[in-house]
Amino acid sequence: MDSSRRRVLQLLGLSSLALTVKPVFNAFAKEEAQAENTAAIIERGPDALTAKQWAMVIDTRKFETEEELKPLVEACHKIHNVPHFEDKRHEIKWIWGTHYHNAFPGEGGKFLSEEVEQKPFLVLCNHCENPPCVRACPTQATFKRESDGIVMMDFHRCIGCRFCMAACPFGARSFNFRDPRPFIKPINQKFPTRTKGVVEKCNFCAERLAVGQLPACVEASEGKLAFGDLYDPASSVRELIGSNYTIRRKQTLGTEPSVYYIV
Amino acid sequence: MLELAIKGTKRYYGWMAFLLVIVGIGFLLYLKQLDFGLGITGMSRDTSWGFYIANFTFLVGVAAGGVMVVLPYYLHDYKAFGKVTILGEFLAIASVLMCLTFVIVDLGQPRRILNVWLYPTLHSVLFWDTIVLNGYLFLNILIGWNVLEAERNGVHYQAWLKPLIYISIPWAVSIHTVTAYLYCGLPGRGFWMTAILAPRFLSSAFAAGPALLILLCLIIRRVSSFDPGREQIQSLAKIVAYAICVNVFFFLCEVFVTFYSNIPEHMDHLKYLFVGLQGHGAYVPWMWTSMALMVLGIILTVNPLTRKNEGVLAVACVVIFLGTWIDKGLGMIAGGFTPSPLHEINEYIPTAPEIFIALGVWALGFFVLTALFKIAVGVKEEVQG
Repeated sequence: MDSSRRRVLQLLGLSSLALTVKPVFNAFAKEEAQAENTAAIIERGPDALTAKQWAMVIDTRKFETEEELKPLVEACHKIHNVPHFEDKRHEIKWIWGTHYHNAFPGEGGKFLSEEVEQKPFLVLCNHCENPPCVRACPTQATFKRESDGIVMMDFHRCIGCRFCMAACPFGARSFNFRDPRPFIKPINQKFPTRTKGVVEKCNFCAERLAVGQLPACVEASEGKLAFGDLYDPASSVRELIGSNYTIRRKQTLGTEPSVYYIV
Repeated sequence: MLELAIKGTKRYYGWMAFLLVIVGIGFLLYLKQLDFGLGITGMSRDTSWGFYIANFTFLVGVAAGGVMVVLPYYLHDYKAFGKVTILGEFLAIASVLMCLTFVIVDLGQPRRILNVWLYPTLHSVLFWDTIVLNGYLFLNILIGWNVLEAERNGVHYQAWLKPLIYISIPWAVSIHTVTAYLYCGLPGRGFWMTAILAPRFLSSAFAAGPALLILLCLIIRRVSSFDPGREQIQSLAKIVAYAICVNVFFFLCEVFVTFYSNIPEHMDHLKYLFVGLQGHGAYVPWMWTSMALMVLGIILTVNPLTRKNEGVLAVACVVIFLGTWIDKGLGMIAGGFTPSPLHEINEYIPTAPEIFIALGVWALGFFVLTALFKIAVGVKEEVQG
């Protein structure tokens, strides 16, 4: 190889390297600016509900059977276009009922009452204050919205690496192992369907909050679920947390879940 | 030097064609996966990483293992390894290539992969993993190619390579450390959450990588006039012996901490892997096989009589490679995900398409490895005259 050809190749190599490195430098320069960008994914209407950190209180005393959870789960899955698969491996769920020892592994003592053993506990994304999923995501496709603490998903940015699923200690996340659209009946045109290959989960109904509505599960619960601002001392959730004994899932992990359970 | 990879014997072409056929099968199945989604694999909501990421993790180790010939030569001036450093570097290139391919194959939306660099996220370990892996690939291509070319031309390699060579040594350690950090920093995954995960990864890497290198040296001696050397092979064998001992020791440390502390969240994963949990135990025979293979590997490599017999040593290397692959590949990932965070057991069993796609990636790696080794051996033969 003659030296001029080699020189050109070297330059080409160097410049392509520079191109790859540039966005990394940009990141160092504008990490904060990016966080602000992501804050306005869903445009807020004039009636939008706002909070510093949205939180939910689930009164487990008021739920006796799986039947009673059904309307809540269905309301959520219906408006969010969550598909139903027969194959358990492909299962997608945002909110569901499970046993006490599954919802709170390691918490229950021996010889629990028949009632606690039998009744279902509602589980969903905890919208943690220190979300490990957000820490893990390599593209900020999942992020904690600065304005109200909701842990959200950008379905268009997600590369489907599933690091967030490994990071979540609550099994709150589902992956689209195949095209979900044929398995959604009927499709709600007001909410996006997902494509195969991306992760999804509960979004605390950010799209409903933006137009002044409470989350669908809260609405369907007829008062068994409360929703409000964790940092507003006058909010309904604070009142319930202050006057009842509440627990959270895997509190010792330090993720600070925003879903509280009255037991 | 590329021309050396094109000219070869019938046997060489035959082997390359065979590999390409396997790559082709894997590629066709991958097209199916692209069309249908990752649902064609055995992965699920609970076990969201499987065979691909398992092989990725194992191969990061093989790539890092290449440093075991580079380090003694450049840092300790152990001259004998000068003959085989290029083999270690080229093995690293092929291995990292397989790693990157496995990551891409595992993505749900591979077309969006550049998002990782378009939106660089400094708090994500996966971002750093792409940096260290690509960096390591780049370093090894640069160093390996230039040093070999210099050797061919009978001159000393360029002076500016020297600092890069020194950097490549800790860099090799970094690729497997960062890969371990993918797992061990996750709250609520008791099996992985251990500070010894990165050291464990490194020890199995320094066993599996050099073991493969010994096998490759033995093959090279058979198919070419270049002899990597008996001393070199024996030195590598000693490295393998120490590394596999340390690997099993680290594992036993893990077992002690887990069971003496008696914390269920940590014990359940090991129980699932080694004795089964709540009636599920698909991995039990595999894990015991892995343990048996690693112990056999220790016996065969530590004992000088068996180590010095190259036939037995070859068997030992196969045994160690397989043992560490099962341990790190199969067990490490499936065991970490089972039981799930909600303490449910949904066993993960890879599907046939998944296995064939993985084989395709391996074949791709070995295709590149063969071509690179062909070049290296060709240069060595030329220089020998």
